[in-house]
Amino acid sequence: MYLVRVNMTNRTYQVTEVPEKYKYLAGRALTSNIVADEVPPLAHPLGPNNKLIFSPGFVTGTSAPTAARISVGGKSPLTGGIKEANAGTSWGADLAVMQIRGLIIEGQPEEKDKFWGLHITWDGKPKVEFFDATAYTKQPLSKVYPPIYEKFGERVSVCSVGAAAEYGYCNSGVCFNDQSKRPSRYAGRGGLGAVMASKGVKFIVLDRQGAPGVEIADKALFEEGRKKMIDALRTHAITKPKGGLNSYGTAILINIMNEAGGLPTKNFSSGRFEEAPKIAGEAIFETNKVRKGKEIFNHACSPGCIIQCSNTVYAEDGSEITSCLEYESAWSLGANCGISNLDDLAMLNHLCNEYGLDTIETGTTLAVAMEAGVIPFGDSKAAINLVHEMGKGTPLGRILGSGTETTGRVYGITRVPTVKGQSIPAYEPRAVKGIGITYATSTMGADHTAGYTIAPEILGVMGKVDPLSPEGKAALSRAFQATTAFIDSSGHCLFIAFAILDIASGYQGMIEEINGVLGTNWTADDVVKFGAEVLKVERKFNEAAGITKAADRLPEFMKQEPLPPHNTVFDVPDEALDAVYAEL
Amino acid sequence: MKVKVKLYATFSRYHPGTLAGTPFEVELPEGSTLKDLINQLEIPESEVKVCFVNARIQEMDAPLNDGDDVGIFPPVGGG
Repeated sequence: MYLVRVNMTNRTYQVTEVPEKYKYLAGRALTSNIVADEVPPLAHPLGPNNKLIFSPGFVTGTSAPTAARISVGGKSPLTGGIKEANAGTSWGADLAVMQIRGLIIEGQPEEKDKFWGLHITWDGKPKVEFFDATAYTKQPLSKVYPPIYEKFGERVSVCSVGAAAEYGYCNSGVCFNDQSKRPSRYAGRGGLGAVMASKGVKFIVLDRQGAPGVEIADKALFEEGRKKMIDALRTHAITKPKGGLNSYGTAILINIMNEAGGLPTKNFSSGRFEEAPKIAGEAIFETNKVRKGKEIFNHACSPGCIIQCSNTVYAEDGSEITSCLEYESAWSLGANCGISNLDDLAMLNHLCNEYGLDTIETGTTLAVAMEAGVIPFGDSKAAINLVHEMGKGTPLGRILGSGTETTGRVYGITRVPTVKGQSIPAYEPRAVKGIGITYATSTMGADHTAGYTIAPEILGVMGKVDPLSPEGKAALSRAFQATTAFIDSSGHCLFIAFAILDIASGYQGMIEEINGVLGTNWTADDVVKFGAEVLKVERKFNEAAGITKAADRLPEFMKQEPLPPHNTVFDVPDEALDAVYAEL
Repeated sequence: MKVKVKLYATFSRYHPGTLAGTPFEVELPEGSTLKDLINQLEIPESEVKVCFVNARIQEMDAPLNDGDDVGIFPPVGGG
């Protein structure tokens, strides 16, 4: 396995074997360790000393199911701390097949207005060539992907950044292709797109032709684990074919969070949105059925996924508006902005993909702008215009592109839903206490994926606990955060957790797959230890960057403003928040 | 007594013709529980994963009262 180091100061590269100390690290574990080892904690995120690191997980690129995740890491311009964001895409699998365990982009070109593409091919080992990509900048991504496929061939995978990143927005993601070559799969959170653009990199094109594939130390064990994982995913009601995710997508969660009184609405002023059913996964499914004349089940975002949860939203004339409209996006751009027009919501999602914006940060920013009176809540057409402002880089667009916290500050708003500068996603902490602990304490800033306690608190996965009670939630969040850090390193999509947390053989299967690849003898205990080590590395970097436990708090209004319908506040004591990492 | 019921995801087939989550009224004998309601709607109990009564998660034996707001879900998950 290789580390490929690309220096953008002089456009050179180096290919080395993965050093001993990184041999048993991949995905988030590797990106976070390299950031901790090589990026000065006080480096400016958009300066020459930050680095952008890509790493596929342990089983990415193998025949393990639902395992084409790619982790992207660096110091975040949004939070000022360490960041790992991941996406499902053939790009991740291709990097793994080319035996690249880590791709490190470092340095910075002197010329500020020039952008480059990297074309990585297999020539006995990975080979990098550079091409001038300046002509592809400042355009919607759907306009620039087709010429890139034309230039490099249909089989390549494409990573890119959009205009938002070129402008240096804290709200800008790293975009990857989906299975239909759409620029739509984002490592979205934390502004890593701007880090990539700050290196003068517009594209990273991978051509896996001739590459040898992932080496597997113990094929029989890997195969055994893989079968257990497949069985778990095909059996569990959430992940099985034509089950919840495959039929209704992640937006199936809109209704259950609304029922629970935990769907943040109109800039976190209520836990219920009257029009929630109109933007839910069920509504998307039914609308598509009418418009296309048949039931349309969801598709895979990446090769080898058997959950297949990505939807497409079709317009009245049957043409495609966007793919995919996730729960988080339907919430942030919908309920949180008081918007229920599904077509306009799909258009907002599409524009985020076009300009390279994180949909969560965009929706929460628009809602703060609505609260400030820039446009009214519920005005979907005006919201579309604001996203265009962001895409055009107007002064207002640049304010909004700086994220939710900056927008709140510019307009003098006090109800600003952020932790460590990153906006709170689609589960209201006043109605679901465990997830609030995750938001407060995660090394990533507010991040639902970092420790998804929603599973037992709302969904009845891995038992049932009362969402409104703070009891025992610090331990719950800690356990989820550690396990998640492992899954984020495995290469599997986090959604395997729904199945493997309920079906023990599936969990065992995950460990066997990885032991098969690496030739290790890891146990379930090692999974938690591994995850905890990753968290400690991240935490240490944040502390050195000036983000201490004092930042492990939710915004003040959540302790003071009771949230309807439960009329509860976030009442988890600070000591419980501090205990999450103190007892790690 | 009457309760307001909302069925979600695949359960909308037990009240066809409306979008999932559209509320409808159900008449029940006094003293009925969630389980009685689910039986009356002819939803197989084994398919029910999570139920809410007035925004609180409740178990099958929870008693219902006139005017309650009930949401019934099969297994759902996402993120």
